[in-house]
Amino acid sequence: MSESDLPEGWELVVGLEVHVELATNTKLFCSCPNMFGDEANTNVCPTCLGLPGSLPVVNEQAVHFAMVLGRALGCTVQPSVFARKNYFYPDMPKDYQVSQYDLPTNGEGALELPDGYVVGIERAHIEEDTGKSTHVGGDGRISGADYSLVDYNRAGVPLVEVVSRPNMHTIEHAKAYVSELRDILLATGVSDAKMEEGSMRVDANVSVRPTGSTELRTRCEIKNVNSIRSMGRAIDYEAHRHIDLYNNNDAPRQETRHWDEANGRTRPGRSKEDADDYRYFAEPDLLPLDPTAAEIAAIDEAMPALPQQRRRALAEAAGLVPADVALVVERNQDELALAALAAGAGGAGVVKHLINNLADGAGQLTPEAFAGLVSMETRGDLSSTQAKTVLAELVANGGQPADVAAGLGFEAMDTSELEILVDGLIADNPDEWGRFCEGDKKIQGFFVGQIMKATKGQADGKVVNQLLASRASSS
Amino acid sequence: MSHAVDNPSTAIEIAQAVASGATNASTVMDEHLARIEASETEVHAFNLVLADQARQHADALDARIAAGEDVGPLAGVPIALKDNMCTRGIATTCSSRILEGWEPPYNATVADRLANAGAILVGKTNLDEFAMGSSTENSAFGPTKNPHDLSRVPGGSSGGSAAAVAAGYVAASLGSDTGGSIRQPAALCGVVGVKPTYGAVSRYGLIAFASSLDQIGPFTHTVADAALVHEVIGGHDPLDSTSIPQPAPALTEVLDRGVDGLRVGLIDEMMGHGIDGISADVLARTNEAAEALAAAGAKVDRVSIPASIYGLSSYYLVAPAEASSNLSRYDGVRYGLREDGANVVEMNTATRTAGFGDEVKRRIMLGTYALSAGYYDAYYGKAQRLRTLLAQEFNEAYQRFDVLLSPTSPCTAFAFGDKTADPMAMYLNDVCTIPSNLSGDPAMSVPFGIGDDGMPVGVQVLAPATHEPVMFQVAAEVERLAAEAKGAAQ
Repeated sequence: MSESDLPEGWELVVGLEVHVELATNTKLFCSCPNMFGDEANTNVCPTCLGLPGSLPVVNEQAVHFAMVLGRALGCTVQPSVFARKNYFYPDMPKDYQVSQYDLPTNGEGALELPDGYVVGIERAHIEEDTGKSTHVGGDGRISGADYSLVDYNRAGVPLVEVVSRPNMHTIEHAKAYVSELRDILLATGVSDAKMEEGSMRVDANVSVRPTGSTELRTRCEIKNVNSIRSMGRAIDYEAHRHIDLYNNNDAPRQETRHWDEANGRTRPGRSKEDADDYRYFAEPDLLPLDPTAAEIAAIDEAMPALPQQRRRALAEAAGLVPADVALVVERNQDELALAALAAGAGGAGVVKHLINNLADGAGQLTPEAFAGLVSMETRGDLSSTQAKTVLAELVANGGQPADVAAGLGFEAMDTSELEILVDGLIADNPDEWGRFCEGDKKIQGFFVGQIMKATKGQADGKVVNQLLASRASSS
Repeated sequence: MSHAVDNPSTAIEIAQAVASGATNASTVMDEHLARIEASETEVHAFNLVLADQARQHADALDARIAAGEDVGPLAGVPIALKDNMCTRGIATTCSSRILEGWEPPYNATVADRLANAGAILVGKTNLDEFAMGSSTENSAFGPTKNPHDLSRVPGGSSGGSAAAVAAGYVAASLGSDTGGSIRQPAALCGVVGVKPTYGAVSRYGLIAFASSLDQIGPFTHTVADAALVHEVIGGHDPLDSTSIPQPAPALTEVLDRGVDGLRVGLIDEMMGHGIDGISADVLARTNEAAEALAAAGAKVDRVSIPASIYGLSSYYLVAPAEASSNLSRYDGVRYGLREDGANVVEMNTATRTAGFGDEVKRRIMLGTYALSAGYYDAYYGKAQRLRTLLAQEFNEAYQRFDVLLSPTSPCTAFAFGDKTADPMAMYLNDVCTIPSNLSGDPAMSVPFGIGDDGMPVGVQVLAPATHEPVMFQVAAEVERLAAEAKGAAQ
């Protein structure tokens, strides 16, 4: 685990429930616009307000998007039935939520993380979103509020809830799962997946157990995590809270808890004692969904390349492993990488520059120029510092790397010239050289810096380091 | 005393006379409003009478006819809607305090279709609160009285719609039927009442009681009028996902085909062999109707639907379960009644405690219990399985029969207060009508003679899903035979 490891002897168990707002034009059961950020209560009609006598009609685009997501997650797309989840809440117009229960649209699937770890998907079902409450006064929660305002624009927005198996055991994997799911949503166009706008909302079910055990202990559901980083912090906090309880001969209670970002802790949310029984039953106002094999085949046929496949393709072409190229794919730069590879560049160089020097985009850089630059660097025609400078120029203004390098006056320095410079520097700075030879790594920068200054940056740092090392070992 | 109308004009007669210029919509409307004026305070069929609006609409319709326009098959026909169907800008209460003052911002599909056919809305009729009841005694605004005898109930839950037609306040009205709420009051008020196939008439704008059972249908004086209204309100509606994706069946053209060679099955369980409590006079009229049909050329035989005995038990799990969910939205947050509370839960509770009547609360509790974790399979799940069994048995019966026949109600109209103390006694009123709601098949009640107390008796004609034409064909013959029998007796 990255943030802080659990104490020896404890294993983390995380399952994630991710609510995804589908990027449909209209809501799930009516023709109101599905639009974030409009004036409150303007995108509403009798159906999404749950007015007496109104009826739902299912949005075919929403069902299609849900099935696309299901197939992207390797789920079985199956005949499904909408069900009512009954509970009272002021921002839920009908005081029941139309969801799916025992027959979700997407059954069992799996999601492979960049490092190859596979997270099981239990289901991915369709449901309607609720309205949005703003509690005024008190501590911002409904219980102590002076009054509450409700915006029903979000009521009836189509959601898919992706429920993972509780088989993530590190915070890194939990974070990678959310990141990967987001990339899949963006690749398929099913959602804009913005955690900060709430179009992707993550609830984390957290528990701990003794290492080596397979039991599932009491879990707490952590809500209100608004970024992947927050989620990591929240899981870490919650896992430690559980361990502390167990160590004090106590145990956590099953409950929903809210992540308090400012104070870095979780706190108890709505008590679940009244809401445990949702009295699910099949929604009588809607017909079951029964997709044909042809529909599902058409979805598979039209499926864009998914991050996992793209990582594999790029890794293979670059002679690397998928984890090495994950960032390139995440930034959607794998197309450029593959083209540069096809133009003859070496994989390691291409990926190194994309990750380190092209994070803000490739601008005017063509795949051919990119390939040429990497090759020049590999041959030693350019130092890595020079290559970086040339690359920045290619990104800004385009052109060919050889021309740009020549224009900048970059020519690879002869090693013999460098040797003379290095020897002179050693002679001029005997004290510093002494410290270098005793293994003071900090002084290394002094020597490299002086050489760079003398050569106006044209020396290859790698070569300088090699020269320094060989002089030190022979002195 | 009786306020039942004698020799009323039928919807078809009115529409033809108005369209042809023999009379005009304003004159027709004035006649009907005059009857309302005369006796509505005693009958209380309406929660709301829209006299001024109705006169204006009649004038406007006359102007369109004068301009040569074809205004539709229900030209100038005064109609009423049960007060659980939404009407834009017009209070729609479900006869409940909890919705008092609420004005829907939209029309039910049936309201639009009637208006587009030239019908004119006269008012919103009384009902048992949220359509839960069989006597209209559960209305928060007081009961409706049976126009044939003001000391007796009109039946329910669509008692107001049945009484409005029987009293001649309107030529046709719409009710909703979840377990018999159109057919039973039709029988008790001596009018025709139809529960169409589930999905044959759009439920959009019908305030839900039990969504998988609710169906809108007409009350009229004649089978032909019912056929015409069904043609107008039926057919696919994209706003209702459970609407059958087909146009309304042609019904008016099949009414004079007789019953020669048709196979009619008399349901054994409802004829004193399985279901107790069907009164002797009602059984006698039903047998006479069957004999008359046989004499008219039908092949009449007995048929057993064993699962029909369990219909009531199944219904009183399924309907309350769905109702408990459908009625959750009346929480005081957005519309209707709100009673203050210290926090939102207390406000919800205070509102629902004050806003719902006893029967509604009873069914919400029943349904909540039936859906609870650990009880679902034993109650709701089992009740749903009975529906499947019942539908199978009906299907098997329809291999051998074109239609089935039974009493509509176990008894004629009873006195106020007779059954209010015992919910089970009240529930038993629907014992013959509930099976059709559970199976989704159509059924209708046609007046056939009178009981020992002189009150109307209805017989029920049942048919397979979407087979309304043969149901109306047989019902029309039953109506002719009833008139013959009446003539012979006089």
